[in-house]
Amino acid sequence: MIGQIAIVLFDGFAFGMLLFVLSVGLSVTLGLMNFINLAHCAFGMLGGYVAVTAMRQLGLPFVASLPLAFLAAAAVSVIFERTLFRRLYQAGELNQVLFTIGLVFVAAATATYLFGTGQQPIQLPSWLRGSVEIAGMRLGAYRMFLVAVALAITALLVFGLERTRFGAQVRAAVDNQRVAQGLGLDVDRIFAVTFAVGSGLAGLGGALAIEIVGLDPSFGFHFLVYVLIVVSVGGLGSVAGSFLGATLLGIGDVAGKYFVPEIGSFLIYLIMVAILFMRPLGLLGRR
Amino acid sequence: MSEIARNSPDPRLWLKQRSRWSIVEIAFWLAALLPFFLFPAYLTLASQIAIAALFAVSVDLVLGYAGIVTLGHAMFFGLGAYAAGLISKAGWGEPLSGLVMAGVFAGLVGYVASFIIVRVQHLALIMITLGLGILSYELANAMSWLTGGTDGLQGVDTWPLFGAFEFDLWGKTAYSYALAGLFIGVMVCRRMVHSSFGLALRGIRENVRRMPAIGSDYRAHLQTVYAISAAIAGAAGALLTQTTDTVSLDVLSFQRSADVVVMLILGGTGRLYGGIVGAIIFLVARDQLAGINPQYWYFWIGVLLMVVVLVMPSGILGGLARLAGKRD
Repeated sequence: MIGQIAIVLFDGFAFGMLLFVLSVGLSVTLGLMNFINLAHCAFGMLGGYVAVTAMRQLGLPFVASLPLAFLAAAAVSVIFERTLFRRLYQAGELNQVLFTIGLVFVAAATATYLFGTGQQPIQLPSWLRGSVEIAGMRLGAYRMFLVAVALAITALLVFGLERTRFGAQVRAAVDNQRVAQGLGLDVDRIFAVTFAVGSGLAGLGGALAIEIVGLDPSFGFHFLVYVLIVVSVGGLGSVAGSFLGATLLGIGDVAGKYFVPEIGSFLIYLIMVAILFMRPLGLLGRR
Repeated sequence: MSEIARNSPDPRLWLKQRSRWSIVEIAFWLAALLPFFLFPAYLTLASQIAIAALFAVSVDLVLGYAGIVTLGHAMFFGLGAYAAGLISKAGWGEPLSGLVMAGVFAGLVGYVASFIIVRVQHLALIMITLGLGILSYELANAMSWLTGGTDGLQGVDTWPLFGAFEFDLWGKTAYSYALAGLFIGVMVCRRMVHSSFGLALRGIRENVRRMPAIGSDYRAHLQTVYAISAAIAGAAGALLTQTTDTVSLDVLSFQRSADVVVMLILGGTGRLYGGIVGAIIFLVARDQLAGINPQYWYFWIGVLLMVVVLVMPSGILGGLARLAGKRD
């Protein structure tokens, strides 16, 4: 029984780490520009399809296709940000929601046109398949890989935000955009770079998600809800908040579906509404 | 319009001026009778449009007037639909009283939900409405002993309207009934938005922080309008149940919440008739394009949304009003 609980906790944590990679970019860009980008997961879907194509058409190994997914999503997102999204920063939240949801519709239809509605399975390398026995528990090798990648990304993000010059600029801009601008920071450029990195991480998350949840044209919608829960529960503009929110949601979702299947499907929504009712700014949100 | 505001000392007079019936409005309601004569084969579609339009008008109250962005209003539509279905299933199939009961039930739930709604803003608000919507969908799915789950609610039997008019296959009664419901709903909303209460709502939309400064209790206003909107949405759901004699789970789906916002945006928010015009265009287009793959239908909806936001932020009616040189 204890072993079972530990495995469920581990699976939930791994799922949470996947959600963290998918959502941390949105949290930071939302905190920076207050731009509600519901198309964030569409960039994740793009990353997933890029990884699938790279493996099938170019014959690249799985691990080599991950950076490609990151780069493609980052590059495409920056084009959208420079040409379209930036017109909406001053528009109301309703317009932002509508525009980006329209983009999700278009992305889903395009994916259907190019790849069909079916799932896109991938072939993992042998060292990521199967499971490894640790302290008497059999843990999935891929989930361990996922946790390792997510923790590495967290470390990089924390280092980048806390220890580098650019990170200090980002934090300043999140805290108070006007004052940061007044001090001579190029907030526009900071935002473009942050947006690209955030969407790139979503693309990476999309590629990592294929093995866990699959990839089909509804990915942009399906994960949107999860990602938005993570962001709103964790608090805007906070890496630690996203980490906490993603962990809670991942474990809550997996454990809920495992132990109480009757209410597991809506337990997470109940918890989210309760948390937002108590703390409208999220667990670690300050604004 | 602004001239009147400047010249008349009495604000009540100004409100009265604004609520005067225009020729276009009267012509619109007369035109709503045309389907009886011109397209008798499409009366079922026409009643679907009238129901969707009533739903869109209810969303316009909270979204267009009070500025609450909601992505979960199908919750109240579905509650009304299920309430009407269950009342009928329990052995009381009289449509008018069933409609009122379903609307009141949805309104009560809306009032309870409004305590959460007024606490939050911005992203958290969108997430709460979305979360409540999905929650109600999953609840209805889980409580299949009551709702029939994915099979839908079976055994709904609506009695003839006034004991005389049967709900037939041709949809004559259905369209008359739905159109009357829409008309009454719009008249109620029309009276409301042209009152001081309606002005307070617009004040909340424009600047929520200044409302307390002029002594307006914005929370109570928001709660009231949210409950009223929920009741109207519930009535729209009940109309759907009574005219089709079935309830399926998709009355609560996110798709329905999203579609109604699309209709409203397409027509134009904050002008009551925007939702109706949007519903007509949306549903007629979907009916005509039913042959194409639904995935591609949403491609065009997506493109349309992006174009509307970038080019015509105030929707079709807003664009027309601008062309006619009027401002609201």
